Amino acid sequence: MAELTLMKNAAEQQLAAEWTAAKAKLPGAAPLRAAAFETFAKAGLPHRRVEEWKYTDLRALMREAKPLAVRPDAAAFATLGETDAGLGDLDARRIVIADGYLAPGWTDLNESDPGITIVELMAWLGEADLFRLNSIPDAARKDIAVSLNTAFMTGGVVIHVRKDACIERPIHLAHVFSGKTAAAIYPRSIVIVEPGARLMLIESHEGPDGIDYQANTALQIFAGDGAHVDHVKVTREGDTALHISSLMADVGAHARFNTFGYTTGGGVVRNQLFLRFGGEGTVANIRGATLLKGRQHADTTLVVDHAAAGCQSREVFKSVLDDESRGIFQGKIVVRPGAQKTDAKMASHALMLSDEAEADNKPELEIFADDVQCGHGATAGDLDEDLLFYLRARGIPSAEAEALLIQAFVGEAIEGVEHAGLREALIEAVQAWLKARG
Amino acid sequence: MPAVQETVDQVRRIDVDQYKYGFETTISSEKAPKGLSEDTVRFISAKKDEPAWMLEWRLDAYRRWLTMREPQWARVKYGPIDYQDAYYYSAPTNFKAPKSLDDIDPEILKTYEKLGIPLREREALLGIVREPVEGEEGEAPRNRVAVDAVFDSVSVATTFKEELKRAGVIFMPISEALREHPELVRKYLGTVVPVSDNFFATLNAAVFSDGSFVYVPPGVRCPMELSTYFRINEKNTGQFERTLIIADKGAYVSYLEGCTAPTRDENQLHAAVVELIALDDAEIKYSTIQNWYPGDANGKGGVYNFVTKRGDCRGANSKISWTQLETGSAITWKYPSCILRGDGSRGEFYSIAISNGHQQVDSGTKMLHLGKNTTSRIISKGIAAGHSQNTYRGLVSSHRKAKGARNFTNCDSLLIGNKCGAHTVPYIEAKNSSTVFEHEATTSKISEDMLFYCRQRGLTAEEATALVVNGFVKDVLQQLPMEFAVEAQKLISVSLEGSVG
Repeated sequence: MAELTLMKNAAEQQLAAEWTAAKAKLPGAAPLRAAAFETFAKAGLPHRRVEEWKYTDLRALMREAKPLAVRPDAAAFATLGETDAGLGDLDARRIVIADGYLAPGWTDLNESDPGITIVELMAWLGEADLFRLNSIPDAARKDIAVSLNTAFMTGGVVIHVRKDACIERPIHLAHVFSGKTAAAIYPRSIVIVEPGARLMLIESHEGPDGIDYQANTALQIFAGDGAHVDHVKVTREGDTALHISSLMADVGAHARFNTFGYTTGGGVVRNQLFLRFGGEGTVANIRGATLLKGRQHADTTLVVDHAAAGCQSREVFKSVLDDESRGIFQGKIVVRPGAQKTDAKMASHALMLSDEAEADNKPELEIFADDVQCGHGATAGDLDEDLLFYLRARGIPSAEAEALLIQAFVGEAIEGVEHAGLREALIEAVQAWLKARG
Repeated sequence: MPAVQETVDQVRRIDVDQYKYGFETTISSEKAPKGLSEDTVRFISAKKDEPAWMLEWRLDAYRRWLTMREPQWARVKYGPIDYQDAYYYSAPTNFKAPKSLDDIDPEILKTYEKLGIPLREREALLGIVREPVEGEEGEAPRNRVAVDAVFDSVSVATTFKEELKRAGVIFMPISEALREHPELVRKYLGTVVPVSDNFFATLNAAVFSDGSFVYVPPGVRCPMELSTYFRINEKNTGQFERTLIIADKGAYVSYLEGCTAPTRDENQLHAAVVELIALDDAEIKYSTIQNWYPGDANGKGGVYNFVTKRGDCRGANSKISWTQLETGSAITWKYPSCILRGDGSRGEFYSIAISNGHQQVDSGTKMLHLGKNTTSRIISKGIAAGHSQNTYRGLVSSHRKAKGARNFTNCDSLLIGNKCGAHTVPYIEAKNSSTVFEHEATTSKISEDMLFYCRQRGLTAEEATALVVNGFVKDVLQQLPMEFAVEAQKLISVSLEGSVG
């Protein structure tokens, strides 16, 4: 029987046209870009028959592809102001990436710190070979969103932390959409943390409400042996924006790797995490909290690849779903042959505040080694009546009681953030969200 | 764990011959011409003397099947199946509907004797009243089981028909039911698993040859366990049976199927469809002991078990319970499901899937909550040994209107040896806030401490493993009807032989 012929939809045709128009002008990495675009051209946009995208049917959710954003001019850069991603007065070193381009005026490159160098992605590409850029996990290499980012990436930064350096001040990678009309942005950044070094990285994404811009971002983290990396991603895109992000992390032996994703903004959000533990004895905490309302759709898709023995990973994901929102969690733990003594536990919990909300959970285990302890738990349900009753019996009004319980529910995931200031800021963000809910 | 000499010996001894049902019975048989075409479908329908609407139904299924593609999503690997290189109908010759066991080819009876199927009911068939055996209750022995035995494509014997008839229960081969109760069959056939449900179900609809039909009238509690034994005997023969069980309002029935096949080098296809329908307050308990030939030590041969099983809790407060013990087959692809349509209906799934050698199992369940206050429970135990791959794949979903839907899922996997794989792929979809779904899964290996403890007390490594595994699967074994729990327990130790070390 003949293979199904894919009808190219409008978005696919527009992407192909964009590619033809832009490919000569896109800076650097031409062969990689061409190969990545080829991957997309063969498969088309992922749809519900593509297992990894089962619940986020891009063909349906992305009716058209917006034109590629142009580099903001000096005037646009000047209007950026202080972007804080709702993180208050957090003391961090800020790097602003506007519309997929590094905004030098707002970026603190601070060349005096010997432990760290920050270079614009395309400047770095010029001198270095492409192996880092191309060094991505297999699951990500097949992914269409990652391929599109590789094909169209316009800029970002490369952060290099020297061996054994301890970077005390967090680095804040602030992504902003500054356009007045809808456009597509493709930022890409690379973070290399050499053995024994320590880094705290905050990544934020925001933009204006009412513009249906499309962000496809990618971040690669290489954590060397014994490195300690904390990563926090805050997604507060505009209410009609489409946001797809891919985190690809390659973690060495005896490292510590923590990541936390906080999502409240964006019309359609897809957070992809591809994590690979290539060395023994790594400890990883992977957490996330998603709060959705209206008709928001947020999907967290996680692949944790235990490629070496004796690693420990903990995954905790919480989602709070109000109105007609839809929260999706797909988490896969892979234990490769020989990765004995793996200890992996995954939990995903959805709290449904409305009858129109939908929670889809797919926690997967794929295990090829026998001496392991792996488990996952998943729940979906609404607020516990008994708990509500308990609080109300003590004179707490029901709205407040609900808010307290929701905060406690999300709090479990936020607690994992090691940086106290950031943790406070995140809890405040949750409270603000609850307040807006009324 | 280093392999000790006794283990090595044990493995060598049981290597290939551990499948004790691997014999073949030589009886002459009549087959449909090889291959699949409309003519084959017509041939089967004519052989069964079916009404015209049935032939149309089959042909429609066949035409749809031609446009379908084999599903590829399961985590199983196998070469392409040549659907033209198999027989779709095989019947022992001189086969007429048997009046008594005397009419049945003694070779077939011998086969069932070897299988240890309780065909002593043959006496009952012949009208002989048995003397009560010591220790058994005289009037109504509790361990009586009515059996429908299916040999290749034909049902050869159904026991206890008369007694069941007195209770009003219809239990007969589906081919016979098509002639005697066409209105019932027509009303329910294909209403749970539609003709074009999936590739293998559609194939089954076109070429199914026999299977069991059960109808329990309102308010009747079926007086005994019903059981079907399936046996593939002929070479190059696919077996496609179709089972249809209807429990009318307030009725109860417990049904068990067992399956075996001879040892063969080539792969045999088994694509069955089972449909269960429970009306208001009815309960159906369906148990399976699946022990098709799993292939030899190198993964050669074995049965491809591609089965569609689905139960429809159509009435309020109805209940369907699936219990399965999967130890055989080269490849298992089956997902017994419950459609919880009636308010307050209940679905259960208890499964033990054991894979050894080069077996591949991709099995699980679906619980679709459509009605209000529906509950379901899934307990799945997967055990992978040797070079096998064992996957649990399950879906739990609640509809917008399924207020108060409740599910609890527990799927545990046990790995024995480091060349096998165990995987869990659950889909949990909640579409309203009053839904409460809980899911938990673990994967681990047999604890060295437990094994050490047992071995210190003089058990061999294999015995110790079997003991630990039996403990691991106890939750599910308890759900099997008494008569089969012991057999199941033995089967588990047989399947795991040679897996330690």
